[in-house]
Amino acid sequence: MTAAQSFQPIDPPRPFALFPEATSTLAGQVDAVYFTMLGLCGLVILLVLALMTYFILRYRRGNLRADRTHRWPRWLRHRLEWVWITLPLLIFIAVFVWGGIVYIRIHSMPADALEIHAIGKQWMWKFQHPGGQREINELHVPVGRPIKLTLASQDVIHSFYVPAFRIKRDVVPGRYHQAWFEATAVGRYHLFCAEYCGTMHSQMRGQIVVLPPQEYADWLRRQELGSSLAAEGAALFRSYGCSGCHGANSSVRAPNLAGIYGRPQPLTGGGTVIVDDAYIRDSILLPQKQVVAGFEPIMPSFAGQIGEDDILKLIAFIKSLAAEQEIQP
Amino acid sequence: MAEDSLPIQFVAPAQRNEAVTLAMWLLLATEALMFGALFLSYLIYRLLFPQTFAAASAQLDSMLAALNTGVLLTSSLTIALAIQAVALRRRALALWLLAATVALGCSFLILKGYAWYTEYQHHLVPLRGFQTDYSALGSGAQMFFNLYFVMTGMHALHLSIGIAVVLVMMAYVAWSDRTAMVTRRVGLAGLYWHFVDIIWVFLFPLFYLVV
Amino acid sequence: MSAIPQTGSYLDSGYSLRSWLLTTDHKRIAWLFLLSLTLFFFLGGTAAALIRLELVTPTGDLVGQDTYNRLFSLHGIIMVWFFLVPSIPATLGNFLVPLMIGARDMAFPRLNLASWYLYIIGGLFTFATVISGGVDTGWTFYTPYSSMFSNTHVVLAIVGVFVVGFSSILTGLNIVVTVHRLRAPGMTWFRLPLFIWSTYATAVIMLLATPVLAMTLLLVALERLLGIGFFDPRLGGDPLLFQHLFWFYSHPAVYIMVLPGMGVVSELMAAFSKKAVFGYTYVAFSSIAIAFLGFLVWGHHMFTAGQSMYGSLAFGLLSFMVSVPSAIKVFNWTMTMRKGTLSFETPMLYALGFIGLFTIGGLTGLFLATMAIDVHVHDTYFVIAHFHYIMVGGMVTAYLGGLHYWWPKITGRLYSERWGQIAAVLMFFGFNLTFFPQFILGYLGMPRRYHSYPDEFQVLHVLSSAGAVVLAFAYLLPLCYLGWSLKYGRRAGSNPWGTTGLEWTTSSPPPKYNFEQIPRVDYGPYRYPIVSGTPPTETRHG
Repeated sequence: MTAAQSFQPIDPPRPFALFPEATSTLAGQVDAVYFTMLGLCGLVILLVLALMTYFILRYRRGNLRADRTHRWPRWLRHRLEWVWITLPLLIFIAVFVWGGIVYIRIHSMPADALEIHAIGKQWMWKFQHPGGQREINELHVPVGRPIKLTLASQDVIHSFYVPAFRIKRDVVPGRYHQAWFEATAVGRYHLFCAEYCGTMHSQMRGQIVVLPPQEYADWLRRQELGSSLAAEGAALFRSYGCSGCHGANSSVRAPNLAGIYGRPQPLTGGGTVIVDDAYIRDSILLPQKQVVAGFEPIMPSFAGQIGEDDILKLIAFIKSLAAEQEIQP
Repeated sequence: MAEDSLPIQFVAPAQRNEAVTLAMWLLLATEALMFGALFLSYLIYRLLFPQTFAAASAQLDSMLAALNTGVLLTSSLTIALAIQAVALRRRALALWLLAATVALGCSFLILKGYAWYTEYQHHLVPLRGFQTDYSALGSGAQMFFNLYFVMTGMHALHLSIGIAVVLVMMAYVAWSDRTAMVTRRVGLAGLYWHFVDIIWVFLFPLFYLVV
Repeated sequence: MSAIPQTGSYLDSGYSLRSWLLTTDHKRIAWLFLLSLTLFFFLGGTAAALIRLELVTPTGDLVGQDTYNRLFSLHGIIMVWFFLVPSIPATLGNFLVPLMIGARDMAFPRLNLASWYLYIIGGLFTFATVISGGVDTGWTFYTPYSSMFSNTHVVLAIVGVFVVGFSSILTGLNIVVTVHRLRAPGMTWFRLPLFIWSTYATAVIMLLATPVLAMTLLLVALERLLGIGFFDPRLGGDPLLFQHLFWFYSHPAVYIMVLPGMGVVSELMAAFSKKAVFGYTYVAFSSIAIAFLGFLVWGHHMFTAGQSMYGSLAFGLLSFMVSVPSAIKVFNWTMTMRKGTLSFETPMLYALGFIGLFTIGGLTGLFLATMAIDVHVHDTYFVIAHFHYIMVGGMVTAYLGGLHYWWPKITGRLYSERWGQIAAVLMFFGFNLTFFPQFILGYLGMPRRYHSYPDEFQVLHVLSSAGAVVLAFAYLLPLCYLGWSLKYGRRAGSNPWGTTGLEWTTSSPPPKYNFEQIPRVDYGPYRYPIVSGTPPTETRHG
């Protein structure tokens, strides 16, 4: 709990402002609809307030000079009703159509986009670049290139929200969601979770780092230079097909391995086991031996198909998942 | 007091009768929407998992359910006749008919209970702590049984309330001389009973006749 | 029809606790609701005050995040189900519906009392939730967080809401039947005061929407208690189904919360303009239209949640449609003032405040129905500001306006006009200072339900919290001077405002059974000017 309390979310420094910056290709379009609505609604409010003020001044009880006779005839009153029913409706429907068109654009995925996977979990955002680079609560993207996000949730509903890009997408567990944006300015922008997701909902925020294309390429390369045992294990985790079941997006129900290293796991038939190197090794080679409670014993054995060195790499990989967990609870 | 006194807010007995009948219909509309939430859920999940729903439906005993449908429809007939008998002041006949209604309602519950027990033995009850086995039915099978047990359970709950109400009506018919009041109340009980029957008439094809 | 011998005012028909707790008099039941609602209002208000205090600093250092999450959940649950939904229907509605239509009580007085007891039982469950540690799901109980992940007392809170839902169903049932069947002779539908029209529309929504909520919450409770995973994605369940069912109730519930307020404002505008409401039939039917259309727009809460794009388009268009009847009301209230004889006593100040705040609230609703904008501002402070303009700026303002207007009738006493006006003005400014900055915060991207937030939002949060201080003070004022008036206020005549309506033909406070003779109504409401000496309605003898 104390560790959770001391955790500081990543906030890009932003100055005080009354209007958010607009740094995606969609942002300007949304703002245009917004300002049109603001203007129209402002007019309506001004009209109502002006009428009210006029009537209040003119027909206040103290004003005996006001003419209170000659009320409007019936037909005129009915006509007036229909004018203020239809006229504002037609104008506002036009704005609705415009807003609908922009909404459809927000939901139409560009064909040539850079695809990035994002996973929301209590309480962090995990990103995976096509090249395998992973990030937590931070997403580096190139400027001027459409980015398509495939979003999934590991637990409850989260919502991926970047105010500067005017995009928001709820991430409902059990299904994939897609969102896209194309950043138009280099900089660091807020990333929020906008759907209440539990204790540390307000800490589930980070930043989108928009880089010039060259710097982005450099950044990607630097990430790859850091490739380690764990990174190689990660590659093996995919090549052996482990991720097919143990991946966060898997359709097969298998234990999620992130963060389990060093922690006790309940077993089918009672008892618990601390997840250590030996247990992981056993689980790969003799999977039916100690099955985690709540899961079916359906994992095939990898005995005879996998060398010890590879097992170590896989263990390092699973360990690294735990390490991430510690840094970013 | 041979007739019931009119409460202060009503000016005529007819006004009161209209008011209570309207109230009963509104209550039934409320109930219908309550079940409506479940019917909507059923519709959505059935569209999501059509094959599974058919396979899961085959696990249920449709003959037993058909028999139960007959039992309930007969009970609707007996309570309708009972209302007539009360209106005609045939007290003994009315009591017999109401007793038959209660007996039929109880038979339904017993048969339904037996069906649930059989399903429990086949590991189909999706309650926490119960062993379940839907492996042969495909994904979404548990959703079918979730719906099945919640909806038939809600229906059984309503039927139990109906039986209790009819028992109270029997007491009125047996011991009360306020004919107008008894006729009004038995009529309302009948409305409720028919409503519970109609819910079952919808449940039966949804759970037992899925193709 | 027979005359009822009068026994003095309803307040004098018994002084024992029993005469109150077992009463079937709609006027006394209104008091029971008024007192318990006030208690819950200040409980929910305390939670709001703590939330605003917490948000003065961006780091979230006053209360922990779990406490904060419990506070906003509690605030929402209490304010929605234990204050706003029953507020006007169960207090003013209960008191006024029989009086306004010329009846001696509600159609089912014992059911009416049962409704209050259900409210109290639901309230006790909510208290139990608070005492045992609270609930942290927000008032929306979204699955799978509420059904699978929250470690708080979700089931207890759900039982509270479930029970109070039946209270609201019974109140609705009583109002619908009473309006249909208990109108005095000659009181045709188009002679009904507009308050009755809107309360009737409210009651219909209560009857048809609340059962869906009850069932939906029951399913969440079943999932938590018995493992029947209706919304569990691991079993193929769909968390969005919960949202559909929840908003099928909760969007109409917004209209449960605001329609009665509109009814009150219609009455107040006529009363203090001394003039019939402009476009009576349009205002009356707009209430029915809101009740009907309100059932077709729930999907606008889910534009970003992954419902189909075309579904969203349809819901968005229908949401624009539902603004039409609201606009009709605003324009007609404004035009009611034309050629009137306006006076600005406390209730009128509330009514004018309502029109301004409700118009802002309603128009910002159009922003949210414009889907491209909604994607950006959904679940931000923009939404918070929008619905507080409707619920607090609208409904609470109308509730207080109505309470002040009918206070002389309810209690037989006059309150201090000066303090009333001070409180009304203070409330208006306090409210705007609290909630207007939240529109700006919302468009900047500040998400709702955040315990801590980035530094640059602090200035606006501090402004908002400062407004909350003013608002809290303004809400405490009526408690003082209205309470004071109960004992020390001057006695009110039967019609202190000089306004129309059957309720003002009875003495203040009204006799136990309202009317000695059931009145006969020969013309519509709002017949101004009242010529002194002739009551606006005649009584038929014999």
